[in-house]
Amino acid sequence: MPDAAAGRDRPESLLEMRKLRIEATVYPPGEDPKNITLVHDVSLTLKRGRVLGLIGESGAGKSTIGLASMGYGRGGVRITGGEVVLNGRDILRAGSSTTRKLRGREVCYVAQSAAAAFNPAHRLMDQVVEAALLHGVAGRAEAERRAVALFRKLSLPDPENIGRRFPHQVSGGQLQRVMTAMALCPEPDLIVFDEPTTALDVTTQIDVLAAIKEAIRDTRVAALYITHDLAVVAQVSDEIMVLRHGRLVEWGGTRQIIKEPRQEYTNALVSVHEISHDEQQPGGTPFLSVKNVTASYGGGLVKVLKDVSVDIFPGQTLAVVGESGSGKSTLARAITGLLPPEKGSVTFGGRKLGNRLSDRSKDDLRQLQMIYQMADVAMNPRQPVATIIGRPLEFYFGLKGAERDRRVAELLEKIEMGKGFADRYPAELSGGQKQRVCIARALAAQPRLIICDEVTSALDPLVANGILKLLLDLQKEEGVAYLFITHDLATVKSIADSIAVMYRGEVVRYGQKSKVLSPPFDAYTDLLLSSVPEMEIGWLEKAIGGRRMASAGN
Amino acid sequence: MLDIRRIPLGALLGLIFTALFLIAAVFAPWIAPYGLGEIVGNVWEPGSASFWLGTDNLGRDLLSRMIYGARTTIFIAVVATALSFTLGAVLGFTAAVAGGWFDTLMSRLVDLLMSIPTLIFGLVVLSVLPTTIVTLILVMGILDSTRVYRLSRAVAVDINVMDFVEAAKLRGEGRAWIIFREILPNALSPLVSELGLRFIYAVLFLSALSFLGLGVQPPAADWGGMVKENKDGIVFGIPAALIPAAAIAALAISVNLVADWILNRTTDLKGGRGNA
Amino acid sequence: MSSPIVRLVAQRLALGLLLLLAVSILIFAGTQILPGDVAQSILGQSATPESLANLREELGLNDPAWQRYLRWLGGVVTGDLGTALSSGQDIAQSIGGRLWNTLFLAFWAAVVSVPLAILLGLLAVRYRNGFVDKLISGLALASTSLPEFFVGYLLVFFFAVKLQWFPGISTVYDGMPFGERMMAIALPAAALTLVVLAHMMRMTRAAILNVMQSAYIETAELKGLRPFDIIRKHAFPNAVAPVINVVMLNLAFLIVGVVVIEVIFVYPGMGQYLVDHVSKRDVPVVQAVGLIFAAVYIGLNIIADIAAIVANPRLRHPR
Repeated sequence: MPDAAAGRDRPESLLEMRKLRIEATVYPPGEDPKNITLVHDVSLTLKRGRVLGLIGESGAGKSTIGLASMGYGRGGVRITGGEVVLNGRDILRAGSSTTRKLRGREVCYVAQSAAAAFNPAHRLMDQVVEAALLHGVAGRAEAERRAVALFRKLSLPDPENIGRRFPHQVSGGQLQRVMTAMALCPEPDLIVFDEPTTALDVTTQIDVLAAIKEAIRDTRVAALYITHDLAVVAQVSDEIMVLRHGRLVEWGGTRQIIKEPRQEYTNALVSVHEISHDEQQPGGTPFLSVKNVTASYGGGLVKVLKDVSVDIFPGQTLAVVGESGSGKSTLARAITGLLPPEKGSVTFGGRKLGNRLSDRSKDDLRQLQMIYQMADVAMNPRQPVATIIGRPLEFYFGLKGAERDRRVAELLEKIEMGKGFADRYPAELSGGQKQRVCIARALAAQPRLIICDEVTSALDPLVANGILKLLLDLQKEEGVAYLFITHDLATVKSIADSIAVMYRGEVVRYGQKSKVLSPPFDAYTDLLLSSVPEMEIGWLEKAIGGRRMASAGN
Repeated sequence: MLDIRRIPLGALLGLIFTALFLIAAVFAPWIAPYGLGEIVGNVWEPGSASFWLGTDNLGRDLLSRMIYGARTTIFIAVVATALSFTLGAVLGFTAAVAGGWFDTLMSRLVDLLMSIPTLIFGLVVLSVLPTTIVTLILVMGILDSTRVYRLSRAVAVDINVMDFVEAAKLRGEGRAWIIFREILPNALSPLVSELGLRFIYAVLFLSALSFLGLGVQPPAADWGGMVKENKDGIVFGIPAALIPAAAIAALAISVNLVADWILNRTTDLKGGRGNA
Repeated sequence: MSSPIVRLVAQRLALGLLLLLAVSILIFAGTQILPGDVAQSILGQSATPESLANLREELGLNDPAWQRYLRWLGGVVTGDLGTALSSGQDIAQSIGGRLWNTLFLAFWAAVVSVPLAILLGLLAVRYRNGFVDKLISGLALASTSLPEFFVGYLLVFFFAVKLQWFPGISTVYDGMPFGERMMAIALPAAALTLVVLAHMMRMTRAAILNVMQSAYIETAELKGLRPFDIIRKHAFPNAVAPVINVVMLNLAFLIVGVVVIEVIFVYPGMGQYLVDHVSKRDVPVVQAVGLIFAAVYIGLNIIADIAAIVANPRLRHPR
């Protein structure tokens, strides 16, 4: 099986795209439809058995290029120019029956969300072998034998029987591997991986990544690996192509791209996590203490926080780290009073805060502000920026008219946006600008603590970086403290003063950043730390080799 | 503001016809060539220069009766819709924001009312109540408010769980600000479109009742009742009954076109400028 | 294996029964507690106080409302629907034949409209945003705005009066030959079909479109399946439940549409019977017929729910 692809007598270059141009028609409400160009004359070559990483921020056109290798345009996207030569023939000029024959035979696809990409009505095995049977690659028994072998190779539990399950009976990480097996089953020449690990938790991501890498190596299939995470793509690809706004920025060997980037934009992507921040010592007394808080949903049925205690010091940042389901966002809800704790208390400036929102004074509410993950839904779409930022000024300080406008302009200045933005609506702002406006709204209340709930995880890395820098600058100027909730350890490393690691509702490790991040580690923190991809070739093997604990969401 | 050339043809026609019907309804006594009950010709005369649409089963001018009928039909439908909307939207919003026992109680009650087809329940109730315009409006308004309640509650519940509403609650805003400043502006476009649909439904429902002889009672005339009065002519090939029936259809289609356009213009929650 | 399904279906059935019970209370309350006096209705305005009092005693109107309700409910459960005030006839007996007539009419309307609606819905999806789709949605928009009697009388005017193909009045009697009976119901069945067709088609289109836009359809496309196979293997199994749901909901509409259609064509069914007795203010008949209509409506809604439960793979194959 390993040399199935390599053994064929075909040209050395498997895939060649020449001056590929891809367009789409968009229908902005209330305006005439217009054409936009998603990909501008991009060319690439991929040799047999090689892995090319396509990297870029959202809107870079990387998925569109990936799908073009199968002659497919998603949702009204049209390939309008150039050539896509696969196995020696231009598939754009070929008819639809040719494209159908190559899909699932020569090129297979692994989607970002396997959970949505599997048909809920059929068993996994039927879907895994479907393409192989359809294209006559193998008979049913042979295809199923192959599938089981692939399940085993991808370290799925119970490989003999997992195929009998339905998609909803299998976890997200496992489903992603089954999808990889589905792509490998017909022994294609090329697999397009479209952000296959992005939707997974970090500790699960590394396992899936390792499994994919091994499968690629053993079957010698070629791959286009699409992702926005340079550290991830560095682990699996031989070459990397950096894209931006549908144009090629830089293309080179993996080592060259991450060690000696030639373009400024690539350099920015490589050094995205380097933010200078000196850890502050916990000085004096904490102004906010969470003491032995236990909380649950559904009237005590589901305990999501168990006996949690943390302190926040003035002007410092406490980062709460954990994977989905660890209870980190629930902690924020308990502190703000949205979810009254069952046991324990939250004290602020030495006195106990009311458990419920309605028990707290206006001034207590003012002191605790919040910034959300999804900035677009955190702002009322029918209010202009001036109202969004101005309302807390009016509500807490009674500012009106010109005075209020002056203060709004000041705040816009602080978040590095001009006062021209005051009469814009949220829909007219970019993702980063929206998050900045949310920061300004929080600052307007002049709080002592801002709770930041995954504030950068929906943003592209460079934009996220800008937001983090802004938050640190504002902390220096205003002396505000942050409770920073995140799943991303790289972010934590750059901005925290102290860290609480949460796992299944409990704080498993807590203290100053330097102490939390230095050994000896407990098993979970070790797993979490070792799972954060590093921009180092060979990191993946090292990390997998040194693990003590199986990942949680496997 | 609103550029007339931007309005699609269908919606424009809908707007024009809706306006014509409204004008006819409001200015009926000045527009109608003859009186409502005035017998001016023979039974079922065909259309002529003096009677554009012909005469009805008693020899009254059909056009004049159509114009007066527009008044009755549209008036009752408008008032019933206003009632169902006020009732349904206020209760629906309150249930969504307040939650708890009020929400449960109201929602179960509405489920119960909606488990009986509206026409059947209307007939059951009308079998014991006096058939007056006030009863009709109350019955139609209350029965229809269940639909409005469902929609406004659903829309408000969706908006209520969004982060910007949570942000307002965390700020300490009162219930009034949350309902009127945060939720309402975002719920407006589906509700306005629903207003059109509810109005159509009210027109059709009233017409059906009158056609069955259980709605507007003579000597007052509405379109549904006029279909009933003239239906016997159909068998003789006299299309007088089809004219009020077509008028109902035309009014309903016009309003439907307008409502459809409003909904399509503002389906998204993105908001922004000029599409409130 | 299917224990959660059995549990959910049983739950849904129990809920339906409970709802029916609540509906019976509502219908009873709607006719008994509102102003208006049955005895007065029967005897008319000129009745003497003594005769009124006697009749009230005889009808048990002096008992508290809940006792009268229980008596009525007990009768309904055992098949005794009481006697009509206006004619003194046994209601259950009068209903028997009429119920059958109505079901006969509704059945044939459904036989025509359901396959037609699904076919047109599929066509609209297949040629989405094309001419066929636009035409179909245009017609759908128009026909949801048409009153039933407009459709009905248009059919009568053209097919019964002008062309004289079918009778304009649908007389049926016991022992009528099948062919004649079908001729008689041709126009009312066509009118009913037109009334529900557009809505059913629009909802079918939406249900299928929803499935066709799922990511797993793209997966199938990227495996190289032919469009027809994609629909057969990947879209159809997931579309069945929503389509059954749509059909059942629309059959429920159809049951209501029957009322007006029967009056138009003077068809001796339940709808006609109900309308007649509402005008006569014959409360026992109205209660009985209202309850039967509501029961059929609730029943169809329950079937729709159960179809959705049974077709859901998550429930059929629990973790």
